Amino acid sequence: MPQQTPPADATPADATPAGRPEIEIRDLHKSFGDNHVLRGIDLDVAPGEVVCVIGPSGSGKSTLLRCVNLLEEPSRGTVHVGGTELTDPDVDIDAVRRRIGMVFQQFNLFPHVDVTGNLTLPQRRVLGRDKARAAEVARENLDRVGLADKAGAFPAQLSGGQQQRVAIARALSMGPEVMLFDEPTSALDPELVGEVLSVMRLLAGEGMTMMVVTHEMSFAREVADRVVFMDGGVIVEQGPAAQVITRPAHERTRNFLDRILDPAAVEPPVGEDPGPTRQPEG
Amino acid sequence: MTSRLTRRQRRRVWQAIQYAVFVAVLVLVVVLADWDRLANQFAQPDLAARLFPDIITIALRNTVVYTFSGFLFGLVLGLVVAMMRLSSVTPYRWVAGVYIELFRGLPALLIFIFVGVAVPLAFPGAEIPGGIYGKVALGLGLVAAAYMAETIRAGIQAVPKGQMEAARSLGFSHARAMASVIIPQAFRIVIPPLTNELVLLFKDSSLVLFLGVTLEQRELTKFGRDLASETANSTPILVAGLCYLLVTVPLSFVVRRLEARADKAT
Repeated sequence: MPQQTPPADATPADATPAGRPEIEIRDLHKSFGDNHVLRGIDLDVAPGEVVCVIGPSGSGKSTLLRCVNLLEEPSRGTVHVGGTELTDPDVDIDAVRRRIGMVFQQFNLFPHVDVTGNLTLPQRRVLGRDKARAAEVARENLDRVGLADKAGAFPAQLSGGQQQRVAIARALSMGPEVMLFDEPTSALDPELVGEVLSVMRLLAGEGMTMMVVTHEMSFAREVADRVVFMDGGVIVEQGPAAQVITRPAHERTRNFLDRILDPAAVEPPVGEDPGPTRQPEG
Repeated sequence: MTSRLTRRQRRRVWQAIQYAVFVAVLVLVVVLADWDRLANQFAQPDLAARLFPDIITIALRNTVVYTFSGFLFGLVLGLVVAMMRLSSVTPYRWVAGVYIELFRGLPALLIFIFVGVAVPLAFPGAEIPGGIYGKVALGLGLVAAAYMAETIRAGIQAVPKGQMEAARSLGFSHARAMASVIIPQAFRIVIPPLTNELVLLFKDSSLVLFLGVTLEQRELTKFGRDLASETANSTPILVAGLCYLLVTVPLSFVVRRLEARADKAT
């Protein structure tokens, strides 16, 4: 029997049985043909927790995130979100996805409608909200990401940072219990990263459950309750941000952090250090 | 030793040759053609004047009506075939593939004859709704749908994959995402090629000739040919041709503008 899905406007407290993790991943495997990308992942995310997933490219961290809303179908294992098993073939995946917000590296705003349209179209088509209510929710969420003045703009007229903030507002307009971020700042010019991280920090402060795949170590250190380091399709180590980032237990974690925290090893330093000291304004 | 030309000199010689060929052909045509007989056969002003207003109010009007009915039917059918081509149900993909190959591989004329003859034979008593207009919409639409299906399929596939992923992650079903997110974007991409298809259909509507039409149902080509045989003079053909150009040239211009705008947008 599939579990009763809570109404879309339910608060996270109603949706998750007490004591149960918001996200529960068990023995998750994913292969693309012969390429075994995820090799047995077990991970829980508690309600209100912010988990940052770090690791070298190709480590499977994005695939893991995409399995959490079934954009990728796991080859084996189970994923529960808010008590509903996504991997159950009988579950209404569209209903579950309404409760899971996803933010993409490439923003993926709908270019054929304006900013308000991007926020209202899903509410109206998916949640069946009427036009006035959808517009009201859109205004609230644009305000939340500081873009109330861009309501009538088209995505192509916005900077990357603004587009990503609109994408966050679009996901929030659906009233999700969980937000997934797939390298949300990787496609941005360095000077635009801060504004997106500020919005994410705000969300974390409001108690949103968040799973963030990122290369922003300063953000992870500051905001994450827990940092998960992945390599080769497995979780190598996890723990409080300060511990994993500053005192990693594993050689592989140390190597990775050395490479990413010391940009000189990858690219010649140009004036300022673009790595860990990259701090958003305000 | 031959004298070597500089690059500039070589370019000049080459250009001179091209102009010379152009002028020579022009002179030959002007001198050799029998302009008096041509004018007599194709350009008699009083005959041309007698074609109006019927050539506009009946013939051109019917051409436009036939074209649009065929275009609309073809667009709907083309969209269905395109969706079948992209379907996860294998037999649908086969049917769509066979349809596209069949109707792109056959002359439009053959399909018109088929619609006019075979369909009434196969379904005795059954009338294609809309009379001649229904038949034309069917004939033109069947051909157009095959081309439009491929255009629409390419348009749908040109929409970045992230759009479908974003829509699905917001809770859209596949069908709703298609209807609200993917197809509206795909249509923007395919507006120039679809307009081009409209130009082709406008010309193909001349095949109505073979369906057997009443005087009131004649379109430009049939009208021109009928009057040409009535008057034993080809002026009506020339005027009918000009009427086609009246529509196709501006439309082609619009297509070029749309294409230029689409290029700029991406």
